[in-house]
Amino acid sequence: MNLSVKIGTLTLQNPVTVASGTFGYGVEYSQLIDLNQLGAVVVKGIRLGPVRGNPPPRTVEVTSGLMNAIGLQGPGVDGFIRKYWPFLKELKVPTIINIWGTTVEEYAEVARRFDSLGGVGALELNVSCPNIKEGGAQFGTDVKLLSQVVAACRKVTKLPLITKMSPNVVSIAPYAKAAEDAGSDALSIMNSFPAMAIDIETRRPSLANVTGGLTGPCIKPIAIKLVWEAAKAVKIPIIGMGGIQSAADAIEFLMAGATAVAVGTANFYEPQTALQVVAGLRQFMQQKGIGDVCALIGSLQTGK
Amino acid sequence: MVEQTVQIVSNERDTDLYFRLVVSAPQISPLVQPGQFAHVRIPPLREALLRRPFSIFQVSGSTLSILYKNIGKGTDVLSRMRPGEELSMIGPLGHGFTVPPPAGETPLLVAGGYGMAALYLLAQRSPQKGIVFVGGRRRVDILCEAEFRALGWEVRVTTEDGSHGEPGLVTHALLAELKRREPGRKLFACGPTPMLKAVGRLAAEFKLPAELSLDEHMGCGIGVCLTCVVPIKAGDGWEYQRTCTDGPVFDSRQVAWEADE
Repeated sequence: MNLSVKIGTLTLQNPVTVASGTFGYGVEYSQLIDLNQLGAVVVKGIRLGPVRGNPPPRTVEVTSGLMNAIGLQGPGVDGFIRKYWPFLKELKVPTIINIWGTTVEEYAEVARRFDSLGGVGALELNVSCPNIKEGGAQFGTDVKLLSQVVAACRKVTKLPLITKMSPNVVSIAPYAKAAEDAGSDALSIMNSFPAMAIDIETRRPSLANVTGGLTGPCIKPIAIKLVWEAAKAVKIPIIGMGGIQSAADAIEFLMAGATAVAVGTANFYEPQTALQVVAGLRQFMQQKGIGDVCALIGSLQTGK
Repeated sequence: MVEQTVQIVSNERDTDLYFRLVVSAPQISPLVQPGQFAHVRIPPLREALLRRPFSIFQVSGSTLSILYKNIGKGTDVLSRMRPGEELSMIGPLGHGFTVPPPAGETPLLVAGGYGMAALYLLAQRSPQKGIVFVGGRRRVDILCEAEFRALGWEVRVTTEDGSHGEPGLVTHALLAELKRREPGRKLFACGPTPMLKAVGRLAAEFKLPAELSLDEHMGCGIGVCLTCVVPIKAGDGWEYQRTCTDGPVFDSRQVAWEADE
């Protein structure tokens, strides 16, 4: 049975990865799960320098979901390389590094730094974080800026580039196409949805940042639709994500056109989820007599 | 750190809204250090996704216990669960209290409400017995007083309504004791943030070391979601550190309370 898939030049042993920001730098989960059973480890977003992040409260639980406004707290490129890379580079599975900046030049510089590090599996361009004032979603919701970021990173690295898309657009197709045309090898669909919750006792927003990004099972049907629309618009592979809790959820994404998937918020409450998805996917294929996971990709039937 | 399915041995009301949960957790129990916590997934809580963190109260062989207050969706559902039912637990988690060395400092413990639960193992494992100061609004908020006395500790109770012990705040009773200026003491505290801030101020005033167990909203419990951050001094300034993995216990001098005000 073949579970392996390709993201650009990168081969994943199975299509199950984790979503940036929900898995730290991998090492935090190493006592709870065997990281080498994943398709890839995807680390939290990193810009050039350290980032303090937003004041708390930073997350709030909502019905079947979670809202967050962390503000991309992180150690910066040097801090990451010093603290986390020695562990990650020893893993048998690839590490995908999520990067961001506040200017096109910063994205390219971070990409260049990780290109020269050696051993990185792929770079995921975060052009879609809803919780920072500068950078993030400002690039992912403007076709021209999106193209500039992807093209600038393309110039400095041969590593596979995965563009993480914003869901906060009227139609995802032109953005997906722009990322593909600018040289992106794949798309991650998608980042969290801009959202808001209010504490009616205090009349204050539940998050200190006022608004946040919504994730978790409640967003899955919206994510499936975005993957389906993007898959019709581009030829490059898509990593689908949004509320995956089970193999059945992951298979929906594959059928909608995703080549791989990422488990996100579920990592916070059920650390075994990603490995359960791998096992469940294998079981589903066995039951249906499917020998190659690629046969599931985009296999949705919409005709009569 | 271990993830395991644990079975409820008992789950009984203590006083008022407080409950005592005992679970069989043979992999987690032997590993528990004072001040650590367990992160619990409550299966009937279907649409509320996150685990709930609880200080570990007592450990006995393969079982551990939790003393909790029914304060929301999670604890309400938990309070209805019965012996034999199962929970998913990750633990023990966090950086706990430093147990004083033999012939080391005499511990003075300061607890607000169910903060008392987080201090029990420290009292049990400390080579020196000390004094525990416990405060609450009413008599029913004073928990496990008898258990601390049974360990041979002196317990000084304060209630805001004066229904039990001395009337007033727990920090008033602590201040009265600190004024005796006996040497070789160390403070350990767990309770609401205003109480912890007051204990921190008293520790600074009387030049005593203090360890504070901070209680913040938590997401993953293992250091990745960055929900439970608190401002901690670093270099010339401060940075956000995680209550779940860098804490929950911090040296009082390291907490940069002013950064959040």
